[in-house]
Amino acid sequence: MNAIEIKDLCKTYGDFTLDHLNLTLPGGCIMGLVGENGAGKSTTIRLMMQMIQKDEGTITLLGKNVDEMDPLTKEDIGVVMDEVGFPLCLKTEEIGKIMQMTFHNWDQKRYEQLIHQFHIPDNRQFKDFSRGMKMKAGIAVALSHHAKLLILDEATSGLDPVVRDEVLDILNEFTRDENHSILISSHIVSDLEKCCDYIAFLHHGKLILCEEKDVLLASYGIVNLTPAQLAELPSASILHQKNTGYGIQALVKRDAIPDHISISPITIEELFVQLAKEYN
Amino acid sequence: MYILIDNHSGTPIYDQITEQIRAQIINGTLQENQALPSIRGLAKDLHISFITTKRAYEELEKEGFIYTVPGKGCYVSAKNTELIKEANLRKIEEYMDEITKLAVSCNLSRNELIEMLDFSLEGNRK
Repeated sequence: MNAIEIKDLCKTYGDFTLDHLNLTLPGGCIMGLVGENGAGKSTTIRLMMQMIQKDEGTITLLGKNVDEMDPLTKEDIGVVMDEVGFPLCLKTEEIGKIMQMTFHNWDQKRYEQLIHQFHIPDNRQFKDFSRGMKMKAGIAVALSHHAKLLILDEATSGLDPVVRDEVLDILNEFTRDENHSILISSHIVSDLEKCCDYIAFLHHGKLILCEEKDVLLASYGIVNLTPAQLAELPSASILHQKNTGYGIQALVKRDAIPDHISISPITIEELFVQLAKEYN
Repeated sequence: MYILIDNHSGTPIYDQITEQIRAQIINGTLQENQALPSIRGLAKDLHISFITTKRAYEELEKEGFIYTVPGKGCYVSAKNTELIKEANLRKIEEYMDEITKLAVSCNLSRNELIEMLDFSLEGNRK
């Protein structure tokens, strides 16, 4: 079963249009949603959560259309937005008590175990938490009601590298179960590169590409050439080029490049930045 | 069983996995009918995409090194030494061809070539 199926999703407000978005996330996978500010990542996630109403299209989560989704199925979805909004005066224990009354599937033991594992202090009020602690508390709650699909919007931004790595480890562990899937959006593309199976690239409300991460890494590369050498390559295989003054660095599709030219591997971050520049 | 992944080598990761598991099956580190880690488990342990490990296992299965029991997992096949030897022989023939071509191009004598071969053999047997 596909964890997420989005078909022809449209949403217009002001000068922004999300244009016929089609996205599928197979069960058991992690998908990274990449895009510049204002590309439509958060809009997509808000539409999935029905925080805003769509103009057109269908969204199916865990096999159920969101328009007809019952509250119990909604509990199978864990969400962490970029700001975790628990009441400021609560301590972790009290947050647990509230969540116990909110979710049918609440697993208090699991929550306590995660709070302990994440080193979240139990004697401080939420308002005195650092950003990392807040985020980890949000993730702990999202993981404590037996969610099958986790949706994270910029959940790793503003966290230090060590905590980010911890969070990625947690996500990695979560998908050890093949019924568990994750959709995560982030500006920190290197994080996504570490944990994702699929990468979807949004640009000005359009999906530019959605592909297996390894396929992306295997099919694109960087070459350094003189202008004369570059002119010999098929122009369709060159996606972006930058003149350094002493030569040209180009983003290319590997399969169209002759064997004698050495191609260096590319990171998802470089690929994303160069493609974004090209589309701009 | 060891699998060492090098993210910067340029060799695709699934290739690195296939190669290392294959080598460990050939040299006997992995025994006949021994269970391999699950596709998903291995991916999570190595922090790579499970699509990658899946592809590596599929490749090994196609080559006959492992077999899948549906619902249980992957296991090391009975070693087919003849098959491995045959594959190696074919490779050796190819390299031989390269070697003789190079030798002819720089007028190397037969004795010199044999001397080099003996030297190389001795080095590798140690």
